[in-house]
Amino acid sequence: MMIENIPFGIPLIGGLLIGFSSVLLLLLLGRLAGISGIVWGAVSAQPDNAWRWTFIVGLVAGPWLFHTLSATPYPAPSPLEWWHAAIGGLLVGFGTNLGSGCTSGHGVCGIGRLSPRGFVATLTFMATGFITVYVIRHVIGGL
Amino acid sequence: MKALIGLLCGMIFGTGLAVSGMTDTAKVLGFLDLLGDWVPDLAFVMGGAVLVTLVSFPLILKRTGPVLGRKFFLPASSVLDGKLLGGAAIFGIGWGVYGYCPGPALSASVYLDEKTFVFIGAMLLGMAIASRVGRAL
Repeated sequence: MMIENIPFGIPLIGGLLIGFSSVLLLLLLGRLAGISGIVWGAVSAQPDNAWRWTFIVGLVAGPWLFHTLSATPYPAPSPLEWWHAAIGGLLVGFGTNLGSGCTSGHGVCGIGRLSPRGFVATLTFMATGFITVYVIRHVIGGL
Repeated sequence: MKALIGLLCGMIFGTGLAVSGMTDTAKVLGFLDLLGDWVPDLAFVMGGAVLVTLVSFPLILKRTGPVLGRKFFLPASSVLDGKLLGGAAIFGIGWGVYGYCPGPALSASVYLDEKTFVFIGAMLLGMAIASRVGRAL
């Protein structure tokens, strides 16, 4: 049976890879794979930083290899405007830094180690994400 | 060696994001559109990832330290404070506006859509502002 025939088999495989990467990083380097923390640590020149920069390089190189080797087309570019990207990016950067984590650090890793902060943060950003899309798409009919 | 492990882990992580479609804002926003034409994919991505960490992390953390290094670097804080809740709430709003969280935004830069670079630049600016504001709070 091919994996693409299993409902949601492909997203599940992707999720398992993300989990596996987080396990390797914790087991080998003792670090949590929280992307917002890794990015901020890298650009704010924390000590022992080489692994952060190479992780970021890998984060870009991995998808490039995947699309190239599997001949999977790139997803369609977002139909939204540049200023949506600017507002979204600013809020994501501000919120993840203030709240000490994003989907990976609080969600994948935080829940994995049964951290109450991880659970609460994940429920919170999921809730505001749902509400935001609801308001944009169904209340004001697009930004 | 640490740099090489960082590279390998980043590549596996990024591949997972691309394979699962999380580098596609349409899929992410489709998932967040709970009461619209719902796209469940992200639930399986998150579920698959958490399944692996839930089983493995407790076993790993029984060790006195990682394979390379003396100790685990874990967050010291365990309080549920306003910074955590407010930060997570603001992050979720930004996620819902454009459809990227930090990892997928970086991975999607390989597609060379200029809006992705606007997102990443704004995200770094937001982090810099919050690191100043956060210290004052």
